[in-house]
Amino acid sequence: MDASLLPPTPTVETITLVEATRRAVAQEMRRDPFVWVLGEDVARGGIFGQYRGLIDAFGPERIVSTPISEASLMGAGLGAALVGTRPIIEMRIFDFALCAMDELVNQIAKIRYMFGGQAKPAVVIRAPHGLWRSSAAQHSQSLEAWFAHLPGLVVAVPATPADAAGLLVAAIRSDDPALFFEPKALFGATGPVPEEIAPLPFGLARHVRGGDDLTLVCWSSIVPDCERAAQALERDGVGVDLFDLRTLWPWDEAAVLASAARTRRLLVVHEAVRTGGFGGEIVARVVECLGPGTLKAVRRVGAPRLPVPFSPPLEDAMRVTEAKIIAAAKSLLAA
Amino acid sequence: MARLMELYRLMARIRTFEEVALAAHAAGELPGYLHPSIGQEAVAAGVCSVLRRDDRITSTHRGHGHALAKGAEVKGMMRELFGRAGGVCRGKGGSMHIADFSVGMLGANGVVAGGIPIAVGAAQGLRLLGSDAIVACFFGDGAINRGPFLEGLNWAALYRLPVLFVCEDNAVAAFTAACSVTAGPGVVARAESCGVAAESVDGNDVEAVAEAAARLIARVRRGDGPQLLHARTYRLLGHTSTDQAAWRDAAEVTRARANDPLIRARDRLLAAGVAEAVLDTILAEARAEMEAARADALQAPWPEAAEAWEDVQDIGAEPVEQL
Repeated sequence: MDASLLPPTPTVETITLVEATRRAVAQEMRRDPFVWVLGEDVARGGIFGQYRGLIDAFGPERIVSTPISEASLMGAGLGAALVGTRPIIEMRIFDFALCAMDELVNQIAKIRYMFGGQAKPAVVIRAPHGLWRSSAAQHSQSLEAWFAHLPGLVVAVPATPADAAGLLVAAIRSDDPALFFEPKALFGATGPVPEEIAPLPFGLARHVRGGDDLTLVCWSSIVPDCERAAQALERDGVGVDLFDLRTLWPWDEAAVLASAARTRRLLVVHEAVRTGGFGGEIVARVVECLGPGTLKAVRRVGAPRLPVPFSPPLEDAMRVTEAKIIAAAKSLLAA
Repeated sequence: MARLMELYRLMARIRTFEEVALAAHAAGELPGYLHPSIGQEAVAAGVCSVLRRDDRITSTHRGHGHALAKGAEVKGMMRELFGRAGGVCRGKGGSMHIADFSVGMLGANGVVAGGIPIAVGAAQGLRLLGSDAIVACFFGDGAINRGPFLEGLNWAALYRLPVLFVCEDNAVAAFTAACSVTAGPGVVARAESCGVAAESVDGNDVEAVAEAAARLIARVRRGDGPQLLHARTYRLLGHTSTDQAAWRDAAEVTRARANDPLIRARDRLLAAGVAEAVLDTILAEARAEMEAARADALQAPWPEAAEAWEDVQDIGAEPVEQL
């Protein structure tokens, strides 16, 4: 066969998660002249370097540094979407988006519905979230469950550079308003990302590893801890069927149900507070769909219902860790 | 005089739309409640009369007049108020969420000041699109005490965005006199503090509103940045269709009734020699148009229940439940 007829081998490079998102944004801005970014300090590259150099490539009309006006960031992004542009709203860290809840909850999430489908608010809200270097109670939260609860939004929770890039491309191209939660703790994590980033469909979990004894479901910053826990459990002879959900709305119910039906042991792990967390929804759906007698054991691992403390030992005390995940898994296996 | 006649006709249509809708509400024909703008028609009519069709507006919870003045179709609006099939928002929004994107009406808003950031962003988006259309942003006197007002004015001034802010000052924030909850000299001073040029106008004089709006819009269109029009008017009815506003000072209401923008336009037209019968005909035609829309809405079918599941989102839409 003539090798020239084969598609070119995609170039893949190992880069950080934050660089992967930078390339995804740059790719989509080259592809569509009406994709643009608004947020504080984005012309300087963003506080995590997500937009480094983009001001030189795209200019101040498309990389717009804004005042610290979260309500207007969210609302102006919506208004710009309503006339046909595709804004990326950078929230700096998601805790600040709480200053813009009317614009997100009452406006962005509702406007297509309230107006009978006259407009689709195609915005992406970039939401760096989670624990990060003693950032304390107002800079560390994981609030993804609030927004999975909210009709009208799609919710991404990637954990790897390739998934972050692919989901960000999908979010930018989607007509749905997308809340894109990025794990601050994993911005520096590296992984292979293709030069040409294809959109990754929402609602497909990543099957991280296979196993027959236990289904483990997780997402975002806690995924590496779950992987290490699964490796440790395997050394002890326990097979973990590990899923990184990658998106919370929609979430890959089919993959989780099939696995849980097979292993009959379900462990859901998230960094967010356990009470009212999205893990509860997952467990409830599995029990509803498989019937209350199918599972032998179920556990959720999440943070205790505490604000995030500052002092490292206090922060560590409430943090979900590999050791806590292993202990929870072992308690399930004993059941 | 032809111009004032057209403004009078538009105000008459807004007035009769709301009077007919209120009568339908009182008769139990339409669900929910209404926020009438009776007494404030000159602001909507005057401003929108000098906008282009491709200009955009954002509105408030009291937005019937803005929608009609921007050119929204009456039957679709009335069906929306009735929650019927064929409503401009398919019965999903009702009175408080009237929108008609086909005429640049980007939506009423159930949240005070909710339209301000949206208007500002729409202007920013229009610029990116290379359009020379502008955005007129209506809000009430109550909105100037919300954060998005300050944020939005600062934002629009900072980027010199093509926005005409219109403060429709009806003197009352829901059930409270606005002056009793607003410190300082008011909206014009607040706008000027952000570098937004602002002027006040008699908001019950439809010609004065149109003239001031035209002047400010010309500045907006030529790139002078956002401008603010402060239109002083008066809400003749209560906060909602269920509020008789009996709590208000009767003498104040009597004075306001004499200052009704329709009466003032009518007096001016009569003084200019227009026959009373001509003006009566304009009102009668407007009322007939609205009564026809009411009759149409009453006989229109309800939406199918399954439509409640539509237009939420493309990805991850909830499957329709078997009812």
